[in-house]
Amino acid sequence: MSEFLSMGGYAAFVWPSYAVAVGALVALAAVSFRQWRAAKAEVARLEALGPRRRGGGGA
Amino acid sequence: MDGNAAPRGRSLHRFANPGRFMRLSGAVLPWVAMLGIAVSAVGLVWGLGFAPRDWQQGDTVRIMYVHVPAAWMAMGGYLGLAIASFTSLVWRHPLADIAATSIAPVGAVFTAICLITGSLWGKPMWGTWWVWDARLTSVLVLFFLYLGHIALTSAFDEPERAARPAAILALIGAVNLPIIKFSVDWWNTLHQPASVTRFDAPAVHVDILWPLLIAGLGFLFAFAAIVLLRMRTTILERRARALMLARAAEARAPEAVPA
Repeated sequence: MSEFLSMGGYAAFVWPSYAVAVGALVALAAVSFRQWRAAKAEVARLEALGPRRRGGGGA
Repeated sequence: MDGNAAPRGRSLHRFANPGRFMRLSGAVLPWVAMLGIAVSAVGLVWGLGFAPRDWQQGDTVRIMYVHVPAAWMAMGGYLGLAIASFTSLVWRHPLADIAATSIAPVGAVFTAICLITGSLWGKPMWGTWWVWDARLTSVLVLFFLYLGHIALTSAFDEPERAARPAAILALIGAVNLPIIKFSVDWWNTLHQPASVTRFDAPAVHVDILWPLLIAGLGFLFAFAAIVLLRMRTTILERRARALMLARAAEARAPEAVPA
């Protein structure tokens, strides 16, 4: 196990590579998801406000 | 726009209908996202724990399983950005502009991952974090092209007006793609030449090739999932903007309902 963690002496390069890749992708996905939720809530709020709906569009 | 080109325009824009896109993308997105997580996990765990270490590079070769798939996505993403931009410029396909806007930040993140992991690989193997090698420099240019595209699309109050200049920027920047691809052959300085994406058979053993291709497939699914999610967000944001403008117009002239 410790041999696996030490990565043949290159732990300081191998592990950060994987951490950066996974961390950056998870962060991007989380930010994108939050932006989607906010946009969805904003459209729902505006659609609820406006009594006059002029056809078309639809989601 | 609608007048003369109506018959042809309509047939093409049938697929550009945001309502249809929202339904289709909403149905496939959870599956693409799950595949992205699962397939990436298999590829990365395989590369990290089970793939053989290199006889010269030792365990640093495991960095390849994130570095190379990230590089593929960085370049493939830009190819997608260029195709979407061309479609947006020539056919004014509304979803193409939304796709381009959504691809750029995702491509930028994959390019950043490629550059950072390359640096982490270069330090132990080349003895330097960075060198102005042709491959490294052209990928750095790719990163700045993505950033330029993001800056340009967010510089306009009306997002639709950014479509044309951003598409032109993306297409001009596309000349960088063959430069990246062939940089390792034209200027053989430090970065090694291609060993997988060659015109003949790949030059790596199957024990290395399989986890690499699986990680690449996982990254492709992850890329697609995040781009689809961001496209949905962009459509919703533009819809919210249209609703706001409609409300503002009604508030100004309550009697005159715009046709």
